[in-house]
Amino acid sequence: MASAAKSGHPAELRGFREVQSLAYACAEAVAAQLAPGVTEREAARMQREWLYRRGVRDWFHLPFAWFGDRTAFEGFKVPLQFFPTGRRLEPGMPFILDMAPVFKGCTADIGYSGVLGLDPVHDRLLDDLEAHRDLLLREVRERRPLREIYQDVDALMTRQGYANRHRAYPFGVIAHKVDRVRERRWSPHLFGFGTQALKGLASDALHGHRDGWSPLWSPYRFSDHPPRAGLWAVEPHIGFRGTGAKFEEILVVTDSRDPEQSAFWLDDDLPHVRRWAEERAA
Amino acid sequence: MSTVIEGARERRVLTGGIELCVAELGDPGRPTVLLVHGYPDSKEVWADVATRLAARFHVVLYDVRGHGRSTAPAPLRGGFTLEKLTDDFLAVADAVSPGKPVHLVGHDWGSVQSWEFVTVPRTEGRIASFTSISGPSLDHFGHWIKKRMSRPTPRRAAQLLGQGAKSWYVYLLHTPVLPELAWRGPLGSRWPKILQRMEKVPAGDYPTSSLRSDAAHGAWLYRDNVRSRLRRPRADAYAHAPVQLITPTGDAFLSEHLYDDLEQWAPQLTRRTLPAKHWVPRTRPDQLASWIGEFVTAQEDPGPVPRTRATGKHAARFGGQLVLVTGAAGGIGRATAFAFAESGARIVAVDRDAEGAARTAEMARLIGSPDAWAEVVDVSDEQAMEKLAERVAADYGTVDVLVNNAGVGLSGSFFDTTVEDWKKVLDVNLWGVIHGCRLFGRQMADRGQGGHIVNIASAAAYQPSKALPAYSTSKAGVLMLSECLRAELAGQGIGVSAICPGFVNTNITSTARFAGVSADEEKRRQKKTARLYGLRNYPPEKVAEAILSAVVDNRAIAAVTPEARTALLLSRFAPKSLRAIARLEPPL
Repeated sequence: MASAAKSGHPAELRGFREVQSLAYACAEAVAAQLAPGVTEREAARMQREWLYRRGVRDWFHLPFAWFGDRTAFEGFKVPLQFFPTGRRLEPGMPFILDMAPVFKGCTADIGYSGVLGLDPVHDRLLDDLEAHRDLLLREVRERRPLREIYQDVDALMTRQGYANRHRAYPFGVIAHKVDRVRERRWSPHLFGFGTQALKGLASDALHGHRDGWSPLWSPYRFSDHPPRAGLWAVEPHIGFRGTGAKFEEILVVTDSRDPEQSAFWLDDDLPHVRRWAEERAA
Repeated sequence: MSTVIEGARERRVLTGGIELCVAELGDPGRPTVLLVHGYPDSKEVWADVATRLAARFHVVLYDVRGHGRSTAPAPLRGGFTLEKLTDDFLAVADAVSPGKPVHLVGHDWGSVQSWEFVTVPRTEGRIASFTSISGPSLDHFGHWIKKRMSRPTPRRAAQLLGQGAKSWYVYLLHTPVLPELAWRGPLGSRWPKILQRMEKVPAGDYPTSSLRSDAAHGAWLYRDNVRSRLRRPRADAYAHAPVQLITPTGDAFLSEHLYDDLEQWAPQLTRRTLPAKHWVPRTRPDQLASWIGEFVTAQEDPGPVPRTRATGKHAARFGGQLVLVTGAAGGIGRATAFAFAESGARIVAVDRDAEGAARTAEMARLIGSPDAWAEVVDVSDEQAMEKLAERVAADYGTVDVLVNNAGVGLSGSFFDTTVEDWKKVLDVNLWGVIHGCRLFGRQMADRGQGGHIVNIASAAAYQPSKALPAYSTSKAGVLMLSECLRAELAGQGIGVSAICPGFVNTNITSTARFAGVSADEEKRRQKKTARLYGLRNYPPEKVAEAILSAVVDNRAIAAVTPEARTALLLSRFAPKSLRAIARLEPPL
């Protein structure tokens, strides 16, 4: 298990950027093919096949797709409800595609929110996610404890009038660490998660537990530590009366003393970031 | 015998040997709204609605044949068939709006006959929209009865018997001579009093002096049509125009279930419900004028972009109504504002926090509110509240639903609670509610067209606790105030509900004051309480749902969370157990 970019050196990050772009390209390609009547399962399969055709053989987790009020995790009680269902897409419905492919040993984990047709509420949610991206980066650079940053994100969501929906994820995480994954010929999945990636996460959890940090960024006490160097897949997820939206991308945290270099988003050329830039230009 | 409609221009329209008295208001160049009255009424029943619509539309009213100052057919028998009434309508429509379809509005028998107009082929293209109030199509009614007779499930049988009982007067009107004698005799002279007492129709210049002959002639509306249509209802009675159905929920003569299957007859149906009795044109003119105006405008000018549609469960009840919520920048207040917005209500979001209130108003507009405004006011400030009430009345109108929600938390032993602490909590929690009820409640009462006041009390109002003496006292005050006010306003059609949420996950915990401890300790306890409430995690959205239901059902007290409901039950049957709980130390 080679540890990823602690120094944030571009050469080390290239592979991760490449797979993240690939995943977002997949999300955009699949989103463009979504039509009324497509089920969540079909959308998830479309993502899997698209990436398989481009050489992805292993996953941190298999692709998810959520439609309609499932984008806000309405009524989710057990983790099994995350898995794609037979829910069909209808005009005006929001959707979220979420996938975490492993490619050439590098992991990506992305979330893509869209809507079939027009929905001013969904547009608003997407616009309001920008403040969260700024807040997360700013406070990580300030080296604030992860638990505190989590609470600040929570408070911002409350001010915006939204519900925190990443709270519904396992352990309520807003982010988790990702890393290099050894390429094996056979990499089975367990409950939708790749066993190789899970092993990495588990070993991080074990080491972290000894040293007082956790690879899971949660609202709980075990996240009461400053940001740890490495790659974090950050996924703030907001819900508002049956409509949900999120983004998920990799935040690079390094040991550098220069604040600019101590934390930065792996890539700024992503659909949601481009969208905000376009809106500002307009 | 003079008309009581101010500024109306009168004319006579001839049709099939009958002279109809037609009144017009407003600019004839604007869309024509044609108001048809019921039984035993004349066109003057619409006076208040007509004058409210006249500024925006060309409003036309006419006395149905045999009523008011229109002449009666001779002989009366066979002179009131729906076919002849349709001739009358077409004659009036051609006279007042040649070449342009009219927007039809009918109440009671006016609606019954308008259903005929809007479902027969010969009027196609002459009707742009139809608003039906308290009057079903006899054909639909016939099918409704047949369906329930042919397969009488318990529910259907109950519906049939229920409507059968409500239709008692229809049977009486079919007896020969007696109804005429009654109307020309004692019933005619007592009718205004009966209307006032039983139907809450305000006294004044209505009914007009033609009541006795209106009622006597109008009996033939029933005799000429009811039996024949109910026996052999038309199978093709489909509406060829968009229909808005306004159902008064307190109607003594018509069951709400009559309209259960209406979508099959009227494919473009908008439903509205109104908590009022049968004579809504007299008792709720503001609401009717607003819904009619909105519906007509929507048909005239559909607009290029589909507007955000109200999708809420109670959209029929709250669409277009004005709802004011205090403490609307977060928690229960914000969730309640959103729930009303989803039901199509116009929202006034009041809070001390300008940014939060503005945000609530902005999001409310996104999810279905036709219009929403933010107002920055501290509810404990008497003068500011008075100014707010004036501003709201002048700019937005009279509030239909008032939600007094703003409140602050205060915990600590009685002896640690300072006079300042007491003042603060009573000023916001109790005086804020008093000001709201006093100012906006008065506006509602003065308008005399109903409304609803919701006061957010708390389960602490009946669950004592050594940790919350001041807070519980303030909330018990709110609860009792609500009960007293409910009794006082019951006769005016204004409902009052007290809501007792219980432990709900909102920001009140983070802003609560803890008396008798240091600032650091207070912060620690706020955090701890917020965490505990977070673990309980009862969402404010559910309280908002309970609030809307409480308004719809006009409930006196609504305890929301299971613990609040349990405590309410214990307070009645086992108050000792609550006293035991009151002694417990809070886990902070």
